[in-house]
Formats: sequence, structure tokens, C-alpha cells
Amino acid sequence: MSVTSSQSPESWISSFCSLIGHEYFAEVSEDFIEDDFNLTGLQSQVPMYKDALEMILDVEPSETGSSAISDEEEEEEDDGLLGEEQDEPGRRRTSHETRRHMRAGSDASVIESSAELLYGLIHARFITSRPGIQQMLEKYELGHFGHCPRVFCSGVKVLPVGRTDTPGQETVKLFCPGCLDVYTPPNSRFQAVDGAFFGTTFGCLFFMTFPDLDLSPRSLRHRTAEEDSSAITAQQNNSDTVVTASRSSSLTLPSAPGMPPTAQIYPTRKEEPIILPEQPATINGMATSNVAPGLGKGKIYEPRIYGFRVSERAKGGPRMRWLRSKPLDINEIDESRIWHAKYGGDPDGDPVAPVDETAGEGNGDGDGDGGGEDAVMASVTGQSQSQQTEGISVPAGQGQGQQGAAAATTVAGRRKAPMRRSKGRGRMGEGLDGGGVGGG
Amino acid sequence: MEEFASETDSDYTSYWRDWFVSSRGNEYFCEIDEEYLTDRFNLTGLNTEVHYYQHALDLVNDVFDLDCDDEMREAIEKSARHLYGLVHARYIVTTRGLAKMLDKYKKADFGKCPRVICDSHPLLPMGQSDIPHQKAVKMYCAKCEDIYNPKATRHATIDGAYFGSSFHNILFQVYPALIPEKSRARHMPRVFGFKVHVAAALARWQDGVRVEQQRGLREAGVENAAFLEDEGEVADEEDGFGQGGEQGGEDSREGGCRGRWGHGGGEGVKNVHES
Repeated sequence: MSVTSSQSPESWISSFCSLIGHEYFAEVSEDFIEDDFNLTGLQSQVPMYKDALEMILDVEPSETGSSAISDEEEEEEDDGLLGEEQDEPGRRRTSHETRRHMRAGSDASVIESSAELLYGLIHARFITSRPGIQQMLEKYELGHFGHCPRVFCSGVKVLPVGRTDTPGQETVKLFCPGCLDVYTPPNSRFQAVDGAFFGTTFGCLFFMTFPDLDLSPRSLRHRTAEEDSSAITAQQNNSDTVVTASRSSSLTLPSAPGMPPTAQIYPTRKEEPIILPEQPATINGMATSNVAPGLGKGKIYEPRIYGFRVSERAKGGPRMRWLRSKPLDINEIDESRIWHAKYGGDPDGDPVAPVDETAGEGNGDGDGDGGGEDAVMASVTGQSQSQQTEGISVPAGQGQGQQGAAAATTVAGRRKAPMRRSKGRGRMGEGLDGGGVGGG
Repeated sequence: MEEFASETDSDYTSYWRDWFVSSRGNEYFCEIDEEYLTDRFNLTGLNTEVHYYQHALDLVNDVFDLDCDDEMREAIEKSARHLYGLVHARYIVTTRGLAKMLDKYKKADFGKCPRVICDSHPLLPMGQSDIPHQKAVKMYCAKCEDIYNPKATRHATIDGAYFGSSFHNILFQVYPALIPEKSRARHMPRVFGFKVHVAAALARWQDGVRVEQQRGLREAGVENAAFLEDEGEVADEEDGFGQGGEQGGEDSREGGCRGRWGHGGGEGVKNVHES
């Protein structure tokens, strides 16, 4: 992975990555850049592509080129003597000469900026490749990208992403896996970094590639809380006396009853115990515990005035709670399972059948059959009373067909198709949302 | 903090409050009126909270004339800052205090919301607790109604109780015209242009919550329940689950799939019949 293995310690790439403001960049390996396939299409996006590429790879400029270039090389002396000032209108230049002149004149700045653009675009591709994403993982775990500014995310580590893949549109942003939102980097030095150099794909691909990453902020939460309070006490500490409880309550007399810090309110107010149905281990390949851990009950800011919650119906009442909400029962967003529970069929052809089967299994074999029968009967009773007993699956299927006529089956069929497709495409396909095609 | 001590050790002791609010790290504070500080009623209960209360108050009011050693002096100054902060929390919910903070808010003295979709909406300082020494100051964004950690570390050590948990909400009750229009726009994570399923499913669920809320508000006759339908991504296009309109949601989703995998339909139907 290290670029410096073959090159001098200060290659262009490593010096670029060590510039101030470039802390988010990974060092793209030279192998990656040297593979032409990885550069497909970049030639048309980057001016002075060849020079830029040579600069990135620390190849001595020149040479490799055609005879045209060597011709220019011969003319170089003239150009050098003439300089820019002598570019009088009287003297006609060939297009070649002009280009050559431009290169000689503004070599450093133009090629350098081209090289940066090219490097950025390669970088966006590199970090979605295996070695690249691995390198970003290391940086991520070292906390190079910082933490989410949102209080209820409790310092989840963030990733640099772009909001567009077109260079020159937006600067780099930070994607928080805790709240699935994007933030502006706190330091203004990153305002100069193009978001397209990280790309839109990287953020989510990263967390899909490393589903086992521990995004729970707990370990960190304690630390930040301690930091908070210790910092405050360090600053405020009035000699060595401690503020007693009675004092503080007398201080905040009018508001004392409802005023414990928000974080402490939740545990006590929790209406215990809501027994949740079994939570799936993963949804579409994403660990349930990693699905927006910063959202949901207890992670939403509740506006209060003197300890009383501001009503939703007030003019300035809370209107954005939806943005930070998440179902308590994560099954609610397991859409394919809901769908299949409703319309039949297996999610993705998994051996685990929805609902009925699991209910049956609990009762052992003989009862299991009975349970299954019941469930199926229940769903069928409405329309086809005729079918009874054995051969459950077949009549059930027929019953459904009769009931919804073509509609139900075709919808089911259509739904089935993408699911099968995604199976064929492997993990990646599963993670993608079919609806996106329509939306985009 | 060192320079603080040295500075006030000199004869220059007038306008302590002036100095305090203009010193680095205290940008979030506004200056408390002298009348407010001299009214004992406003300070009720603070004498038990603040050590060297009388001396600290004298210092804040620029009438400090106690001859004492440096150590004592420093302790008193710490107390003075603490006292100022606690009075500040009370002051900024008064009419004059609100107006002063409003000015600072309009100038975005408290910084801007880091959330990209909020488009640099100005922030307000707030505390999660009204009891001192509990939580550091946080920043409230009225647009996304969420709270964030201050950007600069010099602000991260300010006690949240110096602003209180009510101030920012009171401000918008008093000046309802300032309530920003809420936006439905959101960030939608994508991989190679495709929405990521879990995030998209969650977004659809959240949209359901929002629609439900809006319906409730409309039924209750609350105005200003609408959302700004503006730039950015609105995950609404394909409504979806949990809003009652399931069939409609399914249809549009299916439409999306069909466009992409048109020939897959027949195969799927056959498959169902086989099973």
C-alpha cells in the first residue's frame, strides 16, 4: 500500500497527502494509477492529462511522447529565449508552438492544478477499491476524519464524502453513520477540498464493506461526558469545595423538578418494558445495531421551557423529530420481510419462511403442522373456504391467485424478479435499493 | 486565564463585564445590564452557589476594592465568572437579554449549523441542564431542531448552565417570525447512484412519521405545519410503507424495478406458480 516503497521518501503523492487540508486523502498506490483501466475516461476530464499524470507518478517530464513532442523539444531554446513578453501579434505560431509555449510559461501552476484534479479523481476511484478502502479503514479507526458534531451521536466517527461526483461543485463533507446525515467539516481548511475527490459512493460502500465495524458510541460517550464535566470543573472549580445538592436545587428552584440533564431523563421515563419482537441480526447485509445508532427514541432533542416540553402544536413546536426518529422495532423497516409476510413468498429465497413457519416451529413437529395450517387457513378463509387440510402450500397459492386475480400474483411475480436478480449479483446487489432507479 | 489574572491585577479594574464579554472564548456571552445586576431580586439564591459571593459581585460591578493576595484574588475572579454566567442564564430570558442575544444570533455570532442541508443556518447556545457543572454548552439549530457540539474547543468548556435549557426555545416563542421554515430535504446515501436500501427504508419510515405528524397538526388546526419543499433530496417520491398508501408505494417501486429489469417480470411469475 505504501507508495514510498519504491520511490524516494517524498514522492509527489505523499507530499500532496501531507499538505495542510489534505489530511483526509489516502495515498493512492502507484500500481493503481499505472493500471490504465483505473483511469478510464479521466483523460477527457483533466486538462494536460499526460503531464499531470507524469507529475503524480514522479516521472521525468517529456520523452515518451511522439515525434511532435521531440520537435518541440528542439524548439525549446527559442522559446526560452523569446519568453512570454515577445509574443508579439506579428509572429504567427502554430498551434503546437502555442501549446508548447503555454506549457513552458505556466508549467508549474497549470500542471500542478491538473495533477491535483487528476489525483483527486483517481482517489475517488481508489478508495472504493479493496486496498483503498482498507487504507481508509485504518485512517477511520485512527479518527483522522473526526467525529459527528451532533450531540446525540455521541462522537461517532465520520467519513469524508462528496455530495456529487462532478468536480468543482461542492467541497468535501462528512458522513455520519450514526444519523445518516452529512456535515460540514469543522475546520475551514477543508473548504478547499473538492467533494468529488471522495465521491458519493464511498460513504455507504465503506460501511457495507465493513459491516462489523462497531459504531456504538458507548465507549466514547463516557469519555466525552467526563471530558465535559472535568473541563467545566477545571475551569470553574471554586477552590476545592463541592457544590452540594441542596445548594444547586435552591439555585434552580423554579425549575428544579423537571430539570435533570436530558440524558438522565430518558431511563427513568422509559415505559418499561416494551417487549420487542425478535430483532433481525441484519437487514440487507447491514448489522441491525449499525443501522443509524444515533437515531431513535432518546436520541432526539426535546425542546423544553423551564422543564416543560414544548408542545408539538405550539407555533414554535418541534417539527423535525421525524428526521431523527427510528422505529423501536427495527422489523418495521425490513420492508422485504413485511412485504413477504403480507403477500407470501420467501424474502430472497431464504430458507427462513416469514411469520407462519416460525410460529409453528415453536410447538414442535406435530403441532407445528397444525399451527402452519391455521395460519394459512386464516389467511385463506376470507375467499376460498373449500380448501381444507393437507397440501397446504398448493391450495394456499391457488387461493391467493383466485382472490387477487391476476393482480396479486403479478405484483408478487414482479417483486420476485428483482429479488432474484439481486441474489445473482451478490452482496452488492442486495444492498441496493431498487426504488433508486425510479427516483434518480 | 493567566493573562486574565495579570491584567486585572493591575489598576485597570473598571468595566469588568466589558472586558469579560470581549475576551476570547466568551463570544457567546452578551453583556448584562448594570441595573439587572444591581437588583438583588435577580440574584436570588446565587449567594449559596457562588463562593466569595459578595466579592465576586463587587468585581463584576466594578466596585471591587478588597486588598488581598493573588491566590484569593484569583479565586474571587473565578467566582466572578461563575456568577456572571449564572446571572447571564437568567438575564438572557428577559426582554432586554433576548434582544441582545437576538442581535448576536442574527450576526451568526454563535456559529452556523454544521448540517449541510441546513445551509449554514445560525445557531444558538443552549445548555442541556440548568444546573452548573453538568454539561458543556451545546449549539441549537432552529432549522433541524437538533443540538450540536460547538466547533471550537475554547467553547466546549463553557458551562451549559450559563445559557440554560429554556433560552433558545423562549426566543422563538417571543419572536415567532424568526422560526425558520423547515425543510423536508435530506441526505440520501447512495452507492453508484443507487439508494442504499436500509437508509432508504428508514427514510421512508421517517417520512411516514412526518406525514402522520402533519396530518395530526392539520386536524388540530395548527397553521405553519407545512414544510418547505425545496432543493435537495426529498425521499418522498416513492412514499411507501407505513403511510396507509402501501399499494401506491408498491406500484411506484415496482415501476422503478420494471424500468430496470423489464424482462424479469415473466420469469418471476412463473416462479411463483412453480412454488
